[in-house]
Parts: sequence; C-alpha cells; structure tokens
Amino acid sequence: MIDRTAAIRRPSLLRRVTAENSAVRRLDALMLVAVAGLSVIGTLLVWSSTRTWAPGSTGLVKKHILNETLGIVVCAVVATVDHRAMRAYAPLVFLMSLIGLGLVITPLGATINGSHSWILLGGGFAVQPSEFAKVGLLLIIAMLLAQPAEGSDRPRALDIWLALIAAFVTMGLVMLQPDLGTALVLAVITASGLVVAGVRKRWIAALAVVAGAGVFAVFYFQLLEPYQVARFTAFVDPSVDPRGVGYNSTQSMIAIGSGQLLGKGLLGGGQTTGRFVPEQHTDFIFTVAGEEFGFLGSVTVVLLLGVVLIRGLQIARHCDDRFGTLVAGTIVCWFAFQAFVNVGMTIGIMPITGLPLPFVSYGGTATFANLIAIGLLQAIRVRRQSFN
Amino acid sequence: MMRMRARLLVLHVLVVTMLVVLAVRLWQVQVVRGHEFVTRATETRTRTVIVPAVRGQILDSHGRPLVRNKTALVVSVDRTRLTRMPDGGMKVLRKLSAVLGRPVAELQQRITPCGPGVSKPCWTGSPYQAVPLDEKVDTREALQILERQEEFPGVTAEVHSVRQYPGGRAGAQMLGYLQPVTEAELEKREGLKASFSGVDLVGRDGLEYVYDEALRGKSGLRRVQVDRMGKALGVEEQTAPVPGDHLVTSIDSRVQAVVEKALARAMKSAPAADGGAAVVLDARTARVVALASAPGYDPAIWAGGISARGYQWLMSDKSGKPLVSRAINGQFAPGSTFKISSVASMLRAGYPLNGKYDCPGSVMVGGRAFSGFRGIPLGTLSLHMALVKSCDTIFYKAAYEQYLKDGGRNPKKVPKEVFANTARSFGFGAPTGVDLPGESSGRIPDRAWKKNLWNATHDVSCERSRKGYPEVKDRARADFLKRLALENCTEGFLLRPGDSANFSIGQGDVLVTPMQLARAYAALVSDGKVRSPRIGWALVRPDGTVVKTIPVPVVGKLPLNEKERHYIKDALSDVPSDGTAAGAFAGFPMNKVRIGGKTGTAEVWGKQDTSWFASFAPTKNPQYVVVVMVSQGGQGAQTAAPAAREIYEGIYGIKRPPAVPGGKLTTRLPQFAPDGTVEGQ
Repeated sequence: MIDRTAAIRRPSLLRRVTAENSAVRRLDALMLVAVAGLSVIGTLLVWSSTRTWAPGSTGLVKKHILNETLGIVVCAVVATVDHRAMRAYAPLVFLMSLIGLGLVITPLGATINGSHSWILLGGGFAVQPSEFAKVGLLLIIAMLLAQPAEGSDRPRALDIWLALIAAFVTMGLVMLQPDLGTALVLAVITASGLVVAGVRKRWIAALAVVAGAGVFAVFYFQLLEPYQVARFTAFVDPSVDPRGVGYNSTQSMIAIGSGQLLGKGLLGGGQTTGRFVPEQHTDFIFTVAGEEFGFLGSVTVVLLLGVVLIRGLQIARHCDDRFGTLVAGTIVCWFAFQAFVNVGMTIGIMPITGLPLPFVSYGGTATFANLIAIGLLQAIRVRRQSFN
Repeated sequence: MMRMRARLLVLHVLVVTMLVVLAVRLWQVQVVRGHEFVTRATETRTRTVIVPAVRGQILDSHGRPLVRNKTALVVSVDRTRLTRMPDGGMKVLRKLSAVLGRPVAELQQRITPCGPGVSKPCWTGSPYQAVPLDEKVDTREALQILERQEEFPGVTAEVHSVRQYPGGRAGAQMLGYLQPVTEAELEKREGLKASFSGVDLVGRDGLEYVYDEALRGKSGLRRVQVDRMGKALGVEEQTAPVPGDHLVTSIDSRVQAVVEKALARAMKSAPAADGGAAVVLDARTARVVALASAPGYDPAIWAGGISARGYQWLMSDKSGKPLVSRAINGQFAPGSTFKISSVASMLRAGYPLNGKYDCPGSVMVGGRAFSGFRGIPLGTLSLHMALVKSCDTIFYKAAYEQYLKDGGRNPKKVPKEVFANTARSFGFGAPTGVDLPGESSGRIPDRAWKKNLWNATHDVSCERSRKGYPEVKDRARADFLKRLALENCTEGFLLRPGDSANFSIGQGDVLVTPMQLARAYAALVSDGKVRSPRIGWALVRPDGTVVKTIPVPVVGKLPLNEKERHYIKDALSDVPSDGTAAGAFAGFPMNKVRIGGKTGTAEVWGKQDTSWFASFAPTKNPQYVVVVMVSQGGQGAQTAAPAAREIYEGIYGIKRPPAVPGGKLTTRLPQFAPDGTVEGQ
C-alpha cells in the first residue's frame, strides 16, 4: 500500500532538477556563464569609473548589484514561462510598453542627463520605458509574423503591415523623447523580425529603400537635433572639433589605446580616474575595460558577447516553432546591433550613439530588459521538442 | 521553417563577421597603435609644473642677510582664456571678486591692457602673460581658488618667492635686481631642455647678476596628474629643485648703514650735489666692506615685476638715475687725491725722496702761468709737506719737465710718459675687475689717447674752427670755443704742456672711479700690491657647506718700495690733523684712531667742483680705506671729508655705539648651523 503511493509520488525537487531531461539541465549553461561573466566585469568597471565621484563612493555599484540581482530573479521567472503561452500575452506586453512610453511624455516623465526618457519611482529609482519597449515590440512582431499565410511559409501581408505599424508607433514615441539610439534598436528589431520570418526579399528591399529615403529626409529636412548631426560629422572626422563633439571619440580612443595589451589593471587607469571620457559608467563603459584590462580584457568582453549571440542563434535554429525562432532571432539581432554600435563607437568605427553595452553598462531598466530577453531565450530552449 | 533557418544562417555569418571586426580593430587600437595612445594619454592626463628653486641669499660678513626671500602667494589670471569665454570671463571675475574681496570693476580694469582711454590700474605687461591680480593673498583665499579649479578656469594661485631687502635702500645698486628671464636667455642657458614657464628669474645687475648661476640653483619639475577639469589628482613624477647657494659677502651691513647715512648727509649738505659714492675697503685684503651710491632707490620696486612707469622713473634725469652706481660708473677728475700717483711718478723720474722743492704761487708751463690753489706760495717744501699742504706747483713743474724730456711738442719715438705709466700701475685707466657688471675704466690721457681722440674728432673741430659757434649766445664764449676748435683741429693730436700739468694734479682729462681710487690707496697703505676688489667672499650651500671661497686676485704692483710707500703714507697721515682736512677732522680723537687721507677738489667746467676724500685708518697698520666722492659737492674738505669722518666715527664708535666693535674686521666666514641658520645671529 504504502509502496504504491510512494510510486506515484512526484520525484523530489533535486531529482527533478538533475533528471536527464529536466528543465534545468536543458538550460543553456554556457550562455548563462557568459552573461554572468559580463555582469561581473560590468560591476567592476562601474566601480572603477564611479569611485572617484566622491571619496568612498560606492552607492552606484551597490545599486548596480541590486539591479542585477533583481534582474536575475526576473530572468528566472521569465524562463519558467512557456514561450508559447507568452504569445498570448504579447499584445498585452506591447500595450503596456506603449503606455509606459506615453507616460514619459506626460508630466510624469523626467529628464535625466539630458534625455527625457524616465519615469521616477521615488527612492532614487527610475525606469526607462524605452528599454521595455524593445521587449514589447519584439514580442508583438514575433506574434504577428509567426502565423504564416495559408499554404506558405511566409507571413501574411496584413500581419507585415500590422508589424510595421506597431514598429512605427513605438519608434515614434521614442523619438519624441528624443532617443535616436533606442529608435535605431527598434528599427533593427523590426527589420530582423521581417528577415527571420521569411518575408520576400523584394519586400525587404523595398522597405530598405523606404528606410534609406527616410534617413535622407531626416537629414535633408534637418529633423535631427543639431548635436545628433554633429556626432555623425565628428565620426567622419574626429579632428573637426576635438574639444567639442570629437572629444568623446578622441578621448575614448586614447583611453582604450593606452590600455595596450595587458591594461593598467583594475582602478589603475589614469584616463578613467581623471574622468576624461564622459558617461564612463554607462555608454562608454567599454573604455574602462579597454584601459584597465587591455586588449586581452576587452577582447574577452567581445568574446563573451559573442558566446551570448552565437548561443542565441543556436537556440533560434533549434526551435521547432516559428514564434520561438522569431523571438530568439530578433533578440540576437538587438544585442548584436547594440554591442557592435557601442563597442564600435569607442574605437572609432561607429558614430557616437547613446546606447549602453548589454550586461556591462550601468542602468537598471536596461539590465532588466536584457535579462528578460535572456530569460526568453532560456524559456525557448528549455521547451524545444527535439534535442541536438 | 527551412527558410527561417537559412535566414538565421545569414545572421550567423553577420554576427561572426561583426565579432571579428571588433577584435581586429581592438588589436589595431590597443596593440599596434598602443604606444601612440599612451603618449597622448600622458599628454592629456598630466601637466608639467616648474618648481622654482629657492634662490640663495646674499649675506654680509657676519651672516646677516642683505637680500633674503619671502614667499608670497600670487593670484594670476590668464587673460586670453577669460576673453575666450562667452561672457568674457565676467562670471569668473565675479567669483574671484567675492574671494578676494575686491570690486569686480577693479579686477576687470587690472586685466585690461593699457592703451588710449584706459587708465591705471591697467595691465602694462604682455597681453599673453598671466596678469597678477593680487600679490598679498592669504592661504585661505588661495586654497579656495586652487581647490575649485573648475569654477575658476584661467585663475591660478602660486607661491612665488620674492626678494626682500632688510637694509632697505642700502647698497641697492651693488645688490642688483631680478627680472623674469626671457625665452631666448633661457634657451641659451639650458639648451634644448629649456622649458619656458615665465616663473624663472635672472639677475640683471649687481651681485645678483654676477653670481646668478650659483644663487639661482636648479629648478625642479613636477608632473601632476590632472582630471578633465584640470584639477590636480596627484603627483606622478617629481624632481626636487636644488636650492641656490648663499653668497657671503665681505660687506658689513652695519658699516654699510653708517656709510649710507653719511653719504646721504653729505649729499644734503651740498646744495648742488647730484651724485655721490662711498667705498670702504678692507685695506689688507681689498675686500669691499661697504659700497654706496647716491641717489639710491628701494630695490623692492623690482619685486613682482616693475611697472613701465617705475622703470622710466629709474632711468630719468629727474630721479638722478639711481640705477647707476657712482662707485664703479662715476668717472670724475680725482683732483689732489691723485697726487699719490704723481709723487710716485716723480720718484720714478729720479726726483729725490728727501729733496727740497720750491712751491711758488705759480709756474710757467708752455708759456702759460699755472697757479696753485688760490696762487698762494708755500715756500720750500719736502714731498711730505707738498702732500700735506697740497702744493700744486711742485707737481706742475715736475710733470712739465718730464713732458719736455719726452720731446714736448715733438715727441720721441718711444716717449717714457712716466706720469701716465705710473698712474696705470696704480690701477687707473682700467676697470678694477670688482665683481660687479659694467664697470667703467676711467681715463689716463697720454699721447696715444690724444691721437686717437683727434682722429675721431678732428673733422668736427676743423669745421667748427671755420664756421664758429653761431648758436652760442655769449659772444666771448663763442669766440673761445672757436679758438679751441682751431687748436684742436690743427694740433689736437699733440699732448700740450698744459695737459701734462693738469694731469699731475688729477685735473683736465684724467678720470677715475671711486673704486679705482680706493684700491690704489689700499695698495699704497698695505703691501703695495694692486688688487681686484671683491664683494663676494664665499659661496655657501644652504646647509652651511662652503662651496667656494672667492679669492681676491692681485693684478699689479705699485712702482714703489716699502720705504717710499711708508713715506707717502706718513705724509697722508698728517693731512687730517695738520693739512687740508684739518678743519673737517677738528675735534676728532686722533689719539684714539689716527686717520690718514687726502682731499681732492676737481674742477668741472660749468659745474660745481667734485669733492673727494680718500683716506685710511688707523694710520699704523691700516684696516680701512674709505673713499668718498660727491659730484658737485664743492671742495674736498667741505663735503667729502666730513662724510668720511662720519664713517670712521660710525665704525669706531665715536660718540655712538661702534659698527665694528674693536675696529677689527672679521677674518672668519660666518658659521652656519646644519639647518642653514647662521650661528650668533
């Protein structure tokens, strides 16, 4: 009697976790190790770059660690959700992100560091809805494009239009802040969704032409803020104004270059200590890695980012359903774009754009959004049907 | 799904490409071009600051400072940086005005370069130089500025070392002054490693100039790490400055004070006096004990940069050109003080030392009557009495006889010129070589000199002899000048009989400096050796180590044996008691300290006489030689001799505390404690 009841009893938690086909064992451990590595490096760099703000200043590092801890919890929660169920929530998430963006424009919004993209929560905390908007947009686009047309493996035209409208509205709200960097990430998310979903090449080509015309129009009708134009000019020739716009570019190159092969050691960077590079703990955090950890350290950061991206692409390839593949593919493109632009601008191969380096830069909302995305990737991997 | 996987493969390739691009670019920036960025990082991150070395002090023979340093905090503003600001630097000036407690308008005016319509206090310096706004800020104010560099861009507060003169105006010309070194000078001095900062000073005159290299030390370098705002974070590298050596001089600052006072009083006593000098030498060593020149000035005027107006005043006739040291640059006819040389000339020409010489009221020289002082005949005199009574005619006669011996107007090929050559062996006609810059050489007019002068001037004098002097109002004077021009034109190359007579009593074209006369008397009353006087005695490191003792070089020898020297010295020893200076020394306790000396009254055309007194004391084994000269001071006994008397009274403490207790000069360098303080001070 007793034995029979024991037989139908659920296995212990430990058994379930360690069982051959348990969800935990299906997690992508390598990707998580890479994310953890980037977070640890990021924490050290935030410490190094903010400790000189005031004697014994550790406030920002503590906040950063708190953000990361909360992010890990959020990530774990997201990873337990079946991504197919998430498809049903996608419109809701998208709508909430739009509301968030809308609130920023209302008097509830706040301006921090010259960018009107915050909602203050009190207690020194603030959220940046545009970071969540990235997740919201990629979910709604994946949802729309996951349903192929009858008898075809391409999305329906109506869904494509809806996806474009969703993208346009989101980007429009972000540009009202204005936040060109995030708007570009949203564009990349949309474009990558269309590409991965198998939209016809001529559609994609047509959209590319329209986007190109749009960029031209933006420059031609001077719709950009002067500082944004100046950043591009300075990118083309940093010597134009080495004390002004070209300053960031020049100083970040000096900081990274002076790290040489082995770097000056943690807290040993004179350029970092002297705060010659602005926004060192956020957008230009890679310069701290370059100066203090040298080529070996900065290439390690790039490699860890590469591990996250390549593993993400593998998750997308091995997923059995269109929605999961789309979500994973767009997430990878988002991170890839942001990483490339961020690192690229510090070493003079991309224009200066206000984008943080995923998992490394200081920033609560961005950390949450990034870790939610990692949670999504893990959720997709855990629930795939076939192995190998 | 196949299509999606194919598209994902494209993304895969893109991502890998991106990673490779980043890695390659990082290699390029950090490894290939790393060195270049390290250099640029050092440039942006560090500032090189010149740390000026503390300049050595100038001390007197007892270690009392003649020139010392005081530190002053100076707040300066970089004008060019301020004008580049959008509001013309008004914000910075307003903040500065709050810290310094001065009105903004005043600060603004002080940094505005002077020009038409801009009145004082405007900036007289270079528009590119930092303008010192306040030279007396306290530490608290300076720290307020230094700690908040980002709020005070272009404003600096630096510790500057400023020269201080405890003796005030005393010996100002001798001590000299400092001025900022120019870029060209610095490059010449330091070569390629020169880094011009504007804080380096260089001695421009006096002892500061001569001993500049030893006094200035070596400035240090500090590489300071700064942040983006220019705020100093720490010192990366530093070479400590090497402080300059102290210059110990043989000046006794108490004697110097006595001398300055006596000279000032002498200048005041003679209404027409326009300049004066006093030299006190250690008779035994020819080291300078005191050196004064009037008019004087306060050398503090140079501290922190002199204003253009101040400089012009120093150079103007109105101030009497106080920068010029009359002691080494004042060239005047020496009058009867020169007779020591003339007596020696007679002896060398063969006149007996113990002979008897007639001193008539006047003698005929070249067909012209040359009279002695007021034409009074003094009867038959020994050379001793000739000096005591200052007879002129004996010397006229002897000089004229020697002139004729040399061939007179038709000179021999190699004339002996005993008088001129003897004067040269007394050191006249050449710089003494004292350790001061720009010394004058005086003049000994001989036949060659006349010829050179004629070569240079006969064009003018011949033209004047034809055209006359129509611009001179006084008819008689114009006629005289015309006749003189004719004489100069036709026979100006000849030494005339009158020239030789004038020479013998230190008149006419003979010029000497007070320093030359002093060292000649020092040679006469000591061992007969002509020396190059020295003010510097030793160079001493701040810790008291003696780097170098400065020797007094012997540069010549008097053409007199010991007996002859003593004879002349004995004669001079009677002058203040019985001779021409008796009046000036009336009541002086000769039984306590016996003074020897010679008065001199040199005529200067169109001006008052130059008053001289050359003296020594005590007459037995002299310790001091004192020479006083007052230009336009009248007779020697009237102005210069009383000043010399006052100097001796001060030295020996007659009716007052003595400047040199016991009257004996120190022969031992002051002793320094290891911390640089002077023992017994």
